[in-house]
Amino acid sequence: MINIYEVLETNDMIEKENLDVRTITLGISLLNCIDSNLESLNEKIYNRITTVAKELVPTGRAIEKEFGIPVVNKRISITPVAIIGASACKTTEDFVKIAQTLDKAAKATGVNFIGGYSALVSKGMTESDKLLVRSIPEALASTDFVCSSVNLASTRTGINMDAVKLMGEIVHDTAVETADRDSIGCAKLVVFCNAPDDNPFMAGAFHGITEADEVINVGVSGPGVMRKALESVRGADFGTLCEKVKKTAFKITRVGQLVAREASKRLGIPFGIIDLSLAPTPAVGDSIADIFEEMGLQRAGAPGTTAALALLNDQVKKGGIMASSYVGGLSGAFIPVSEDQGMINAAEDGALTIEKLEAMTCVCSVGLDMIAIPGDTKPSTISGIIADEMAIGMINQKTTAVRLIPAIGKETGGTVEFGGLLGHAPVMPVNQFGCEGFINRGGRIPAPVHSFKN
Amino acid sequence: MKKTVVTVVGKDSVGIIAKVCTYLANNSVNILDISQTIVDGFFNMMMIVDVAACSKDFETFSHELEQIGGEMNCIIKAQREDIFDSMHRL
Repeated sequence: MINIYEVLETNDMIEKENLDVRTITLGISLLNCIDSNLESLNEKIYNRITTVAKELVPTGRAIEKEFGIPVVNKRISITPVAIIGASACKTTEDFVKIAQTLDKAAKATGVNFIGGYSALVSKGMTESDKLLVRSIPEALASTDFVCSSVNLASTRTGINMDAVKLMGEIVHDTAVETADRDSIGCAKLVVFCNAPDDNPFMAGAFHGITEADEVINVGVSGPGVMRKALESVRGADFGTLCEKVKKTAFKITRVGQLVAREASKRLGIPFGIIDLSLAPTPAVGDSIADIFEEMGLQRAGAPGTTAALALLNDQVKKGGIMASSYVGGLSGAFIPVSEDQGMINAAEDGALTIEKLEAMTCVCSVGLDMIAIPGDTKPSTISGIIADEMAIGMINQKTTAVRLIPAIGKETGGTVEFGGLLGHAPVMPVNQFGCEGFINRGGRIPAPVHSFKN
Repeated sequence: MKKTVVTVVGKDSVGIIAKVCTYLANNSVNILDISQTIVDGFFNMMMIVDVAACSKDFETFSHELEQIGGEMNCIIKAQREDIFDSMHRL
C-alpha cells in the first residue's frame, strides 16, 4: 500500500514545485466537414467541434478535482484548415471566416486555444495553402483563441524556400496587424520542420491526417519538479545526475498517463499519446533556465548550456518512454524565452543571445520559441532565421520550430508583455547583416542524404 | 472498493483525527489505513479510505472535508489513490 512519504512527495510536487498536467488536447478530424459551400462548411465545422468537445472542459475539471492535480489547459486541435477549406475558399477572406468560426466554437466549448489553422507545405504549396498562409495575419488579428502553424520543411522533402520567404513576410505582417497588443498574433503563429501530427502543445498543435476521427493527447510538464529533484544531487557526477533526471521524468509521465487514460475513458475517445515536455511557465521556479543553474551553470546561455540541455532532453525522453508506451508529440525540453523567468533574466543580463539559442535548438525538443526581436527587422532576415532553423531540423531529423515576435515600434532592450502563460520578453538583438540575395533565390533546398553520416 | 487518500496537513491540535473520522463514519466511508508524521513542525496525517459506499459524490465529499479542514486551520485533501499508485508503483 502507498505510504505517507510517497503521498507527501507527490503532493509537494503539485503544491510547491508546480507539477501539473499542462494540457488535455482533443484532436478532431474535420475531413468529414468538407463542403464546397463556405456557409455550410462553417456550419458543419462549428457543429462538429461543439458536439465532440462538449464534455472536454467539465471532464478536465472533474479529473483535476478527483486526483488533486491541476489540469491547466483544455484545448482542441483540428485537421489543417488549408485542406478542409480547399474546395470552399476562393479568397483569403473566406479562410478568415473559417478562423472566426473556429474561434466561436472554441469559446462555446470553454477551451483556451484551438490549433490547426495550418498548412503543410514542406515540398510545395497548393492554391489553397497560399490563400490560407496569406490570410494568417488577419485571421490571428480578428480571433482570440485560434493558433496557426505552417510546416515548411522535412527531412524527407527538404526545405520549401518559397514558403520560407513568404512566412518571413507573414510573421512581419502578423506583428503589424496586432501591433496594438504587443504583436500578440505572432505568439499564436509557429513554423515547423518535421511537424509532428500529434503534438498537444500550442501554438503548433494540429490533428494530422494520419490520425483517427478523434483522439486525446496529453501534455505533461514539471520543470520545477526537475529542478527540486536535482537539488538532491548537487555536485554529484553526470551518471548520478542523469539517473535523477530519468527517474523524475518517469514519475511525471506516469501522472500524465493516468490523466490521459482517465480522460479517454470518460470522454469515450481513444488515447493517442503523452507528450512529456518540460514546458516552463513565467511562474517563479517553473523554469528550464533554473535547471541549468542547478546543474552548475551561472546563467542559461553560459558555455556548457548546449551540453546541459542535450543531457536534460535525452534523459527526459528515456524516463518518459519507460513510463508510457505511447510517447509522442514534441517530448523533451522547451526553451521559450518569454514563458520562462530564468531565460528572461539570462537574456536581460546578456548571457543568452539568439545565436546561442539557435545552437541550443540542435538538442532541444522544439526550437527558437517566443523570442521578441526589434520591430524593424526585415522580413527577409526573419526568413533567414527560419531557414537556419529549418536546416537544423532537416539535417538532424528532428522537429524544429520558429516562433518570433517582431515587436513593432520597439528596439533592442524594450519589452513585450502578453500576460498569463505567454509571459513577457525582452527584445533581443538580431544580426544586422542582410540575407535578401539568399532568400530571394526561390525554389527548394533538396532533401539531405541519409547515409555517409560523419 | 474505491480507494481514496485523505491527507491532513497543519498545526497539531486536539481532536483533528476525531473530527475527520466522525465525518467519514457519518458518510459510510471505511478507513483502511492511517499513518502520521511531523514534517518541519507540521502535523501530517494520511488515511487510505474506501469511498465505494460513500453517501455523497466525490466532489461534495472532498469539498466538505476541505471545509472541515478550514475550521481547524489545516488543509484536508481527498485524492483518488490512483495518482500515487501511478507515480510510485510499477
